[in-house]
Amino acid sequence: MTSAITIQDLHKTYDNRFHALKGISLDVAEGDFFALLGANGAGKSTTIGVLSTLVRKTSGIVQVFGQNVNTNSYETKLNLGVVPQEVNFNHFEKVFDIVVTQGGYYGLPTQLAKERAEKYLNQLGLWDKHDQQARNLSGGMKRRLLIARALVHEPRLLLLDEPTAGVDIELRRSTWKFLQEINRAGTTIVLTTHYLEEAETLCRNIAMIDEGKIVVNTSMKALLKKLHQEHFILDIRSELNEAPTLNGFTCKLLDPSTLEVSLESDQDLNDVFTELKSVNIKVKSMRNKSNRLEQLFISLLNKQGQIPEQQA
Amino acid sequence: MSGISANYKLTAFKTIVWKEVRRFLRIWVQTLVPPVITISLYFVIFGNLIGSRIGSMGGFSYMEFIVPGLIMMAVINNSYGNVVSSFFSQKYQRSIEELLVSPVPNYVILSGFVIGGVSRGLAVGIIASIISLFFSGLHIYNLFITLMVVLMSSIVFSLGGFINAIFATKFDDITIIPAFVLTPLIYLGGVFYSIELLPDFWRMVSQLNPIFYMVNAFRYGILGVSDVNILFAFMMLIIFTVALSGFSLFLLHRGKGLRY
Repeated sequence: MTSAITIQDLHKTYDNRFHALKGISLDVAEGDFFALLGANGAGKSTTIGVLSTLVRKTSGIVQVFGQNVNTNSYETKLNLGVVPQEVNFNHFEKVFDIVVTQGGYYGLPTQLAKERAEKYLNQLGLWDKHDQQARNLSGGMKRRLLIARALVHEPRLLLLDEPTAGVDIELRRSTWKFLQEINRAGTTIVLTTHYLEEAETLCRNIAMIDEGKIVVNTSMKALLKKLHQEHFILDIRSELNEAPTLNGFTCKLLDPSTLEVSLESDQDLNDVFTELKSVNIKVKSMRNKSNRLEQLFISLLNKQGQIPEQQA
Repeated sequence: MSGISANYKLTAFKTIVWKEVRRFLRIWVQTLVPPVITISLYFVIFGNLIGSRIGSMGGFSYMEFIVPGLIMMAVINNSYGNVVSSFFSQKYQRSIEELLVSPVPNYVILSGFVIGGVSRGLAVGIIASIISLFFSGLHIYNLFITLMVVLMSSIVFSLGGFINAIFATKFDDITIIPAFVLTPLIYLGGVFYSIELLPDFWRMVSQLNPIFYMVNAFRYGILGVSDVNILFAFMMLIIFTVALSGFSLFLLHRGKGLRY
């Protein structure tokens, strides 16, 4: 499969001598939905910056669809859409004008730019605000406007630097749905995020970056398989004063009618229900505790994990 | 080398220019009204009230003598002001990144901002010319020279504003140059007097002022009188245009203050 992004031994040292990237290498396949995870200052935004040419690399090779971003910058930029971490449009301009103007920067004739702007503002639920100044939008809407702006030239590769930071749950989920749709339609997506649930829900492949180095680069599936424990939240019909003793399982009482049960990777969920039945506890509903990736992330960054690189 | 088409570049150029024009029209109270008030006051105070006591200068009434200089002053200030404030604001709020991540070549970016500045400079110049008609007849001696001088001066000062904005890191930086460099150069550039009135030393110093050539070349276009050789004035304008364009492109290429 063609590579959307190829990065080899990329280094970046800023003027203040901060060595932000220490030889990272990455390969993102065309059509992928790829997550770049890391703590603040780990190097995620610098990597996105180098790809979008806003940050100048110190050394290394960076290619987008086989074209060098430095020597063939015009060609690579045509294929790129960038959603920055910070809102960076003119707040006094109208929503519609912001998107149409961006279309013009990519050579779209005015009529086509207007049609595309209407299409993406509609899809992102912003059309009823199209005639308003951008400053009147809510925080979540501003972030969606950044996405509409980045898509107006219909790039093959979309880079999203924390696209749902500060966005409420409802808007975040509808943004996820939208991103999944455009990914299914063929757009390669690379996102950086602090929301590990976001990466787990959306992405097929993942790289974790720490202090300018890639510590994990694998498929989401392979990464999650490395979890030693899974946690389930059970809503029970009766009310308890203390957690029941379940043979072979760790059980915590979160509130009188909610239990958290932990399973080792070699244990079966059926056995949990057998144990619960033996102590006369009926389960009303059950859900997976959504901190699985968080556990891994923390353990890896604490250098406790033993997951080798390039497992995918 | 750019592999993108001329049609693409033209679309991008028109987009930048239209965005710049839209900006100064949107904030017309800040961009178009103040020059109108200032110019009117100059005409009333210097032209009418004081000018009537000064008598003639260069063979014309004092009002007729200062009209070209005042129009040129408005063009220079507004061309410079438009580019420096627009580009710096975009840099400050980072909306310039919209352009930097797109495939627009640097020379198209520069041309777009410069023509944006020229548009405002000429718009204010036309308004100032109309106002001057209320105070003095405006007879143009040589239309071609008049238009070429005003256009080239506007380009030179738009480029100056662009360079100022590139180096600026805070809002103070975009007011320092206009206040401490541009305004003295304009006032000492022969807007209000002929350098024939100056002692030899100050006459020589005046000839080091680039605005002196612009004001006089423009005055020649309108009145047919000038303190300088017109050909030399044009040469100066061409040299400034080429040098400032080259320097601006160099700064864009280096990503000074824009890419890290």
